[in-house]
Amino acid sequence: MSSNGKNTSPLGLRVAAIGGLLFLHLPLAFIFLYAFTTEEKSFAFPPPGLTTKWFGVAWSSRPDIWPPLYLSLQVAAIATILALIFGTLAAAALSRTKFFGRESISLLFVLPIALPGIITGIALRSAFDIMSIPFSVWTIILGHATFCIVVVYNNAVARFRRLSGNLVEASMDLGADGFQTFRHIILPQIGTALLAGGMLAFALSFDEVIVTTFTAGQQTTLPIWMLSELIRPRQRPVTNVVAVFVFLVTLLPILAAYYLTREGEHTGGSSK
Amino acid sequence: MSPAVRFQNVSRRFGAIRAVDGVSLDIQPGEFFALLGPSGSGKTTCLRLIAGFEQPDEGHIEIFGETVEGVPPYRRNVNTVFQDYALFPHMTVGENVAYGLMIKGVGKAERETKARDALAMVKLAGYEGRRTAQLSGGQRQRVALARALVNGPKVLLLDEPLGALDLKLREQMQEELKSLQTSLGITFVFVTHDQGEALSMANRVAIFSEGKIVQVGTPADVYERPTSRFVADFVGSSNVLSPEVAASHGGSATWTSLRPERIEVVATGAGVPTGYASARGKVSVVSYQGAVTRITVVTDKLPLVASVPATTPFNKGDEVTIAWPMAAMVSMGDAA
Amino acid sequence: MTMAAAERPRGIGGAISDIFFARPQLLTLLLLMPPLLWIGVVYVGSLFALLLQSFYSLDDFSGLVVHQFTLATYQQLFEGSNVQIILRTVVMAALVTVVSAFIAFPIAYYAARYARGWMKALFYLAVMMPLWSSYLVKVYAWKLILAKEGVITWFANALHMGWLLDGVLGLPIVGGPSLSFSYVGTFLVFVYIWLPYMILPTQAALERVPANFIEASADLGADPGQTFRTVIFPLALPGIVAGSIFTFSLTLGDYIIPQIVGNSRLMIGQAVYTLQGTAGNIPLAAAFTVVPMVIMAFYLWMAKRMGAFDVL
Repeated sequence: MSSNGKNTSPLGLRVAAIGGLLFLHLPLAFIFLYAFTTEEKSFAFPPPGLTTKWFGVAWSSRPDIWPPLYLSLQVAAIATILALIFGTLAAAALSRTKFFGRESISLLFVLPIALPGIITGIALRSAFDIMSIPFSVWTIILGHATFCIVVVYNNAVARFRRLSGNLVEASMDLGADGFQTFRHIILPQIGTALLAGGMLAFALSFDEVIVTTFTAGQQTTLPIWMLSELIRPRQRPVTNVVAVFVFLVTLLPILAAYYLTREGEHTGGSSK
Repeated sequence: MSPAVRFQNVSRRFGAIRAVDGVSLDIQPGEFFALLGPSGSGKTTCLRLIAGFEQPDEGHIEIFGETVEGVPPYRRNVNTVFQDYALFPHMTVGENVAYGLMIKGVGKAERETKARDALAMVKLAGYEGRRTAQLSGGQRQRVALARALVNGPKVLLLDEPLGALDLKLREQMQEELKSLQTSLGITFVFVTHDQGEALSMANRVAIFSEGKIVQVGTPADVYERPTSRFVADFVGSSNVLSPEVAASHGGSATWTSLRPERIEVVATGAGVPTGYASARGKVSVVSYQGAVTRITVVTDKLPLVASVPATTPFNKGDEVTIAWPMAAMVSMGDAA
Repeated sequence: MTMAAAERPRGIGGAISDIFFARPQLLTLLLLMPPLLWIGVVYVGSLFALLLQSFYSLDDFSGLVVHQFTLATYQQLFEGSNVQIILRTVVMAALVTVVSAFIAFPIAYYAARYARGWMKALFYLAVMMPLWSSYLVKVYAWKLILAKEGVITWFANALHMGWLLDGVLGLPIVGGPSLSFSYVGTFLVFVYIWLPYMILPTQAALERVPANFIEASADLGADPGQTFRTVIFPLALPGIVAGSIFTFSLTLGDYIIPQIVGNSRLMIGQAVYTLQGTAGNIPLAAAFTVVPMVIMAFYLWMAKRMGAFDVL
């Protein structure tokens, strides 16, 4: 399709599209704005005054922020590593050969994301109950890794399918055994997809709240901390500062993942 | 000396389909051997059996006298040029060519020298640093060739090596492959569905149909003495005469092949030369093909296709006498 | 001895490779086993355990779960207030889905048909970013926008439209003391949060409508409205249905949004949360989770018949 003269869009469509995008993005601007307000007891608009003191307060006088932050980073990091291992194994196995039950197993690996989070959460919680597993960091990680596996799997399986079987055969033909072929041919081909999947898994885990409330017990992750601040607010602008931080921490991996897979996405999109 | 490749009663099944069905074949060292057949006839599976990507369900395969059943591709001294070339996209041309040497543990300096020499051999000197995505189809083919040959294989396998190239390039590569094979003295085995390619390049040809080899021989053998209607029809084109028709023209009472280019049109008034069989009929189709004209002559027994010099113009409906040497009628035995 | 064996040592990697080469199914099995144990046994096992719980009941006097098969809990599910919770949630999910489709379509259509080059990448990112970025932060943003003293009230007053806002809040059922304590607010947040899930599949479906279909339609005498109704919309429909799977399912199961922005009347997610938590009534909570599962199974079956899965 060329962009010739008659391909300009009708005004109404353009207004509706731009309006829709503004609706998607404008609300986040208020998160930033309210991080600078001088009013800490309400969400008064416009803010009566602007200040940067809340960043200092969040940094030095709110020790309740740090343990949840460390816990969230720890959970996201371990869940991502587990997801990378298990998601890649699943993708490798399911893209290798056709075997009986392959279709149902692929469906199985999408289930944790397809079902509402609350179902995953309560199912895991009752399973922990039945097996008398006490809540700990590891129960949170187990819950997170369950849906992070899906994210890595989805990214990896798409790349494995594009990896031409001929390349693997060519490598073996040139004398490389299975491990050498994996190291020199397969890994370089799927590496960026794995990295992108890992980034998305990290972002997803870092701000997950629904499954976490069911698998956390007394542990507080950063989103759980935020949730309690939303229900029982103390210094509201401090919550905004943390929200800005969480937003940026999740945004960067998302942009990186987009950058890593964009060529693939575009070629994939055009061949659809 | 043991043959380069020996198949003894080899079968390979995929589910209910017998892709290769009881094939026995000897390919001699130094031969340029073609596996020719329509798609799905089992020729590519045979190539993959030699390479080691497939294992036979029945039968026995030897490469230079050594049994290779169960031997994985990475332990066979055989290399393949893939149909889509299968160049590694994340490596340069030089790295692609040196890959097999790197896996073998050859030092960096030595493998770079060898890769450079191999690229020079396929007329791509100085291309080491290029990305494979920057190459044309013909250049990719040459890189694939260099990548295989640099390992010094005892047998080189080529899967439809010229299939993706355009006509001019294909003719040029045919020449080059042939001279390369002659100078290196390596056994080349290639798969093709193009009978012209098989006849012009190979020393010997095996013709496949439905998983079986129907004829093996030199290009002249299979073209001039087809042993079955399938070969007569698949290799070039042929008029197939039923036993009765062949007998009525003085041939033996068997299925008989008669090549269109052996049929001549007898000039009006001239007699039929001695030692020739003849028939009279009406021209029904005239197809101008440049150097020759193909005409279909409907005789009282059957329509015959003749390939005649384009110098004489023919029109639909012309009454003509056609004649061919008795020796041009090749008996195919009783083969159907 | 095979011919290459003399040329180089095999090593452990080579030896293991040989085993896997001889038995490719063994490798597939070894690769598949760990993730399958996790997802197929631990996760699906948990789901079944949950399902099983819904066939137990809670003893009203002791407050303990009676581990005996009964349909009493499901019977409870269809009593008065519980039915209302289900109906309320389903109506909300349906409305959210319809409105999301209306807002998503122009964005998807513009991105698929008119955006080119960097514009296209920008549109894609502009939809992807809100899709993946922090859920809780987005909900929080609306909490402060919808607050009584917040942005919307201020704008309404500045535009002399305060009467309209008061009118909306004065409506029975959907209204409330302020937007952040009303169904209108809950609805707005749901639409906002799930909108990207509607845009992406719709855009994917529209990308597949060749431009010459539209030209062909115009060539055959259809005006733009007719072309839209007869060509574009039917071809985009599988994408919209695919998007609606997400918006519908996610709304059915969410309990955070109505908890932060909404009133005291519960939705399914909140009911599950309170029942399993403070009330300790795991059987009824489990029975409640079966509702979205059944609705979604039916929904997916319908969507599959409409070809929505090809777009995903």
